[in-house]
Amino acid sequence: MRTPIAYFLILSGLLFAIGTVGVLVRRNALVIFMSIELQLNAVNLSLIAFSRQLGGVDGQVLAFFSIVVAAAEVVVGLAIIVAIFRKRASANVDDVSLLKW
Amino acid sequence: MDLLVFWIVAPISVGAGILMLLQRNAVHSALFLILSQFTLAVMFALLGAHFLAAAQVIVYAGAIMVLFLFVIMFLGVDRREALIEPLRGQRGLAIGLGALLVAVVFVAIRLGVGLATAPGPAPRGDNVEAVGRTLFTKYFFPFEVTSILLIVAAIAAMVLARRRARGVPDTEVFEEPEPEREVVP
Amino acid sequence: MDLVWLIPALPLGGAVLLLLTGTRLRRVAGGLASLLVGLSFAVGVLVFQDLLALPEGARSAAIHVFDWIEVGAFRAPVELRVDPLSMVMVLMVTGVSFLIHVYSMDYMHGDPRYPRYFAYLNLFVAAMLTLVLANNFVVMFVGWEGVGLCSYLLISFWHERKAAADAGKKAFIVTRIGDTAMLIGIFLIFATFGSVEFDQVFGAASGVAPATATAIALLLFGGAVGKSAQVPLHTWLPDAMEGPTPVSALIHAATMVTAGVYLVARAHVIFEVSDVALGVVAIVGIVTAVYAGLAALGQDDLKRILAYSTISQLGYMFLAAGVGAYAVAIFHLVAHAFFKALLFLAAGSVMHATGGEVDVTRLGGLRKRMPVTAAFFAIGGLALAGIPLLAGFFSKDQVLAATYEAGRTGLWITGLLAAALTAVYIARAWSLTFLGEPRRDLHPHEAPPLMTAPMGALAGLTIAGGLLGLQVQTGRVQSFLAPVFGGAEHATAAGGLSELALSVIASLVALAGLAAGWYVYGSGRVDVSRLRGRYEGTKRALESGLYLDDIYGRALVLPGKAVASFAASAVDQRVIDGAFNGLGRAFASLAAVGRRLQTGLVRTYALAFLLGATALLLLVVVRS
Repeated sequence: MRTPIAYFLILSGLLFAIGTVGVLVRRNALVIFMSIELQLNAVNLSLIAFSRQLGGVDGQVLAFFSIVVAAAEVVVGLAIIVAIFRKRASANVDDVSLLKW
Repeated sequence: MDLLVFWIVAPISVGAGILMLLQRNAVHSALFLILSQFTLAVMFALLGAHFLAAAQVIVYAGAIMVLFLFVIMFLGVDRREALIEPLRGQRGLAIGLGALLVAVVFVAIRLGVGLATAPGPAPRGDNVEAVGRTLFTKYFFPFEVTSILLIVAAIAAMVLARRRARGVPDTEVFEEPEPEREVVP
Repeated sequence: MDLVWLIPALPLGGAVLLLLTGTRLRRVAGGLASLLVGLSFAVGVLVFQDLLALPEGARSAAIHVFDWIEVGAFRAPVELRVDPLSMVMVLMVTGVSFLIHVYSMDYMHGDPRYPRYFAYLNLFVAAMLTLVLANNFVVMFVGWEGVGLCSYLLISFWHERKAAADAGKKAFIVTRIGDTAMLIGIFLIFATFGSVEFDQVFGAASGVAPATATAIALLLFGGAVGKSAQVPLHTWLPDAMEGPTPVSALIHAATMVTAGVYLVARAHVIFEVSDVALGVVAIVGIVTAVYAGLAALGQDDLKRILAYSTISQLGYMFLAAGVGAYAVAIFHLVAHAFFKALLFLAAGSVMHATGGEVDVTRLGGLRKRMPVTAAFFAIGGLALAGIPLLAGFFSKDQVLAATYEAGRTGLWITGLLAAALTAVYIARAWSLTFLGEPRRDLHPHEAPPLMTAPMGALAGLTIAGGLLGLQVQTGRVQSFLAPVFGGAEHATAAGGLSELALSVIASLVALAGLAAGWYVYGSGRVDVSRLRGRYEGTKRALESGLYLDDIYGRALVLPGKAVASFAASAVDQRVIDGAFNGLGRAFASLAAVGRRLQTGLVRTYALAFLLGATALLLLVVVRS
């Protein structure tokens, strides 16, 4: 029996929710970043599921692009974290709080 | 058959995600994320996206996560995050939000696709060929743009992370502003 | 006659010019200002000739200058009226003003604000001319306010002195009370007649209900009471002596204060329709005349004596108007202008010579060193007292005669009493100043020519006025002014004393008063200081004007100040400022609450957008 599409989608939603909670709860910049990656993965799953549902490979191509862009983003994001870490010797996002009242 | 695979792999996926959150050591978190990505690759394969399953493993789990690990180790592996949460209500709100999100997604799916709809027929032909064909004809322009994006990202990373010559600060020294005194009208 | 607009325009131009470029013109300023007023007088003469060329019954012309206000049915064009009354006033105003301008050139010599003085003086003349030449109540009111403003500016000309600044304020505020009444009167006029133009209002006056006419007349009279310093709005005039003496001569003797009399004369038609208004005018006039006469007796300041004297004489004019003898009132106005201005200028000469001393008890014996001034003062004083052959005699005599002939015997007797007082106080003033031995070690010198010449001219006019007085006797003055007042002169009551008898009685009263005054104060036969000691209390009462000023001060000014300071502190500071500041503070606190959102922490921001995103998601799901 084929698995209903809905299962993939629910799995995607679940993983996305986990990623969200991770962004909000963890204080280590790198772990937050990883949670964002989890979110992106979840979305990719969702895209591919729909691609299968609707026929054609457009969803997969979009997921492909998503991976590529995620890679670029990770590169830049990590460079920033490294730069900040050099200044402050801390990867705790709560310390980066100058833009406040 | 698919269903069985699904039901074995899906819990692993979710579990890996949750465990990723709960690790106090960043390296452990990264490893669990890699596990989660492997499971997702299996999901992709189930859905007939063989090319992407491969890409997921090679690019995501293989390159991106390795990069992550480099940086984690670079910045100090032995740092352990404290357990207490300084912001009040943050955890509660976060979990609440997460639950809400799941519920909304569930409802949306139920209303939209329907819980029992079977996936469409498996597309004929080689998946890789199909992806390649679509990619280089219909989505050619975005493809080229993305390649430029990658180059730009590489350069940006080099610029952002380099050490300047001695004496030249790489970023401006930013002083903490003094707390404002209340202005009495 | 079309050039009549030049009459007020010339001094107005002078004022503007001097205000803008005065500091550069400096020494020429006085000459320029005087010249412009002189030219104005010349134009006045030309227009007067034109007027005389018209047949007697038709001597009234309205010269339209330009359209000013036109709102619906309300029209107030700038129109000038040329008729005997206005021309008499014009000639008197420009003539006397010219003489005083010339006088001021020497009197104010060396003053640091010399050009500005002349600018104000010119402006004043312009406003006064507007007042008397106006052909509707609105333009007249413009002139009315203008003279009030200039009076304030000139009284407080030496504003570094607190007394002068206070006097200016007092003048403005007290006359303001009258002005408000007048303004309401004008509103009422418009409401009743649908117009403010003289021809239309006076033409329709007879058809108006007496009660309305009374209201209008009394309101207008209120303005006159303020401007002409009658009781109870007289308190500003004695204090106004803080201003330069030429100012006192011009504004507070000859011109501005006479505006009230002019107003009553001009609007007499309305007053006649009402049954009580004229009576009120007469009573106010006579009360003021006696009151001021008494007060003058108690003053030691030479200028204040003259100030109260002016108030008293104005009372006479109102008395005349109140019994219907408008032409006589105007005649007394003109005569009074001559001799009172002369008296003030002579007083100015005394001050100029003695370095500003005005206290008669400290002056004395100036006759030997300042014979010319003494003579002029004497001429003025005699005229004031009402000695035959000088201007004052005929005018005052006519006032009393008219009162008698109108059957108001009580008023007549009181008028005689006032005349007696007048004679006494002026004799006192002259004696103490010019007779006897010098009480102080002064070195007075006679006044310079630019000051003596105008005085001489006024003295001449005073004497010439006496001759004109003969014309009054023969009724020619009345008939000249008849186009304005025609038919309003009350018929003489038959019986009683003849005119000659009345004149004799009046002259005897005057002579008796003068003799008494001279005897007590000038002959040296009475010990003045002992007299003062015995009647100390009375003197003080008289000097303070029967404490009226103090009463006002306590009853009105102090509460007024209390209200003002309450309004300033409690209302203005707390309520109004408090509201604004409170509003500001409210916003600030609101913002203070709001800015707590800017925690600077990435995670709170992340929470914020995820909450938002979820909300949107919910929205989409619920909608579909």
